[in-house]
Amino acid sequence: MTERVVVTGMGAVAPNGVTLEEFEANLRSGQSGIRKIDKLADLKFTCQVGGVPPAAVEARTEALFTEEDRLAMNSNITYGAIAALDAWEDAGLVRPESGDDEVLWDTGAIIGSGIGGMDTIAERLVPLVNAGKVRRLGSTCVEQIMASSVTAKVGGLLALGNQVTSNSSACTTGTEAICMAFDRIRCGQAKRMVAGGSEGSSHYVWGAFDAMRVLARGFNDAPQSASRPMSATAAGFVPSSGAGVVVLESLDEALHRGAPPIAEVLGGAINCGGHRMGGSMTAPNPAGVQRCIRGALADANTDPSQVDAISGHLTATMADPKELANWAEALGLPASKLPVITSTKSIIGHSLGAAGGLESVAAILMLRGGFVHGSLNCEDLHPAIEPYAASIPHHTVAKSDLRIIAKAGFGFGDVNSCLIFRKWNPQDKEVFQ
Amino acid sequence: MTQQDVMSRVIDIVRPFAKSKEALADVTPETSILKDLKVNSARLVDIILAFEDEFDIGVDDDDADKVNTIDDAVQMVMAKKAAC
Repeated sequence: MTERVVVTGMGAVAPNGVTLEEFEANLRSGQSGIRKIDKLADLKFTCQVGGVPPAAVEARTEALFTEEDRLAMNSNITYGAIAALDAWEDAGLVRPESGDDEVLWDTGAIIGSGIGGMDTIAERLVPLVNAGKVRRLGSTCVEQIMASSVTAKVGGLLALGNQVTSNSSACTTGTEAICMAFDRIRCGQAKRMVAGGSEGSSHYVWGAFDAMRVLARGFNDAPQSASRPMSATAAGFVPSSGAGVVVLESLDEALHRGAPPIAEVLGGAINCGGHRMGGSMTAPNPAGVQRCIRGALADANTDPSQVDAISGHLTATMADPKELANWAEALGLPASKLPVITSTKSIIGHSLGAAGGLESVAAILMLRGGFVHGSLNCEDLHPAIEPYAASIPHHTVAKSDLRIIAKAGFGFGDVNSCLIFRKWNPQDKEVFQ
Repeated sequence: MTQQDVMSRVIDIVRPFAKSKEALADVTPETSILKDLKVNSARLVDIILAFEDEFDIGVDDDDADKVNTIDDAVQMVMAKKAAC
């Protein structure tokens, strides 16, 4: 059984916008969400800038959730749940009443996190346990620290009755979640899935990366210049947070209920480089990355020549030049012929487990709107990326013929995932893959 | 502290956890916290902790297990305050 799968809704909570509309507007205008984080300076972090959804998220939280809900929602759950509810509404679906007994047996959720509820662990669980006050943890700690915390909440908010789970695969988590949800619908095990990635804001998470010397250095006084993927002066990634979620449905289900598809998920692939052939815990095996991209294209029955744009992983580390080379190799194209490629992280930083979710939403927004947002702060391209210069816009460019975009994510553990999205055209209804 | 004061503060503590806003609007001393207000049983732990903080008392598990109605909570608080 093979079902075609379409995107019918999107939600985003990002450092540069807490609604989908705001996120799109700020992607188009290149409005960075990176700012100075005083707490990081107080704690003597090397990187003192980050991406945290702006204060408006608090009003949204109050409007969407009951007081009891909020007592058991840390930042990871809050971002993920807002993005999921927004995607649900964007898909034209009605949020169920909390008291009714209707369960949506054909709808599930896969929303992952790279780290998860570290704020709860660090600020509540560890101090109280160490102080011998376990009893003071109350009942709301477990549901905020369990790896499935986001989907456990979303499952209740939306009365989901199909598979409800959270994946975790470092920085490819969000892309992988959409890939897995796509597979579940494609093989007929669900009609609809809510999928993406979420990551909370916690200096305890970011501290571990700061210690590795992989976070941006040297731009603490110029936060909006700090996230510099593909730049010769890139000095590490800017940590951030948020959530990006999509509603996927079988094409039949979407058409049956009259929901207009936004894009079709043509195919996807997930793999691991095995920490071999140059790969390691922190570096990608190039063969693994290329196999993943080629695998996604093959799964999508799409020729490399049909790819109009690439939403890269592109974090602002030494891996960027290798990523460009891997895309060119996987697509079988010389550097000068690479499709237009962009880095959403240049605008919102690297939101770890949320990155693939937010960047997939950005990719689908670009398909729908016929544009490719620019990559900020890379006017001084890395020398090894210079050959690709013609494919790297620094400002938003209109691209009305944008049809197919490839979105990939790569993560610690040498893990990779890649999705192929195609802008929905009503004529595609009759086209079989 | 009068019994009415304690009841008012007990209700304020229980309020955010009450799923039945109708039962909350008509709350009486006999109102069951779980059955009538439809509080999730897991959240009783948080309600007891809130009683401890609000009234500066200690509530052990045996005492907590005896709290079923609003009045049970009020009487428990009054007894512990009287024993202080």
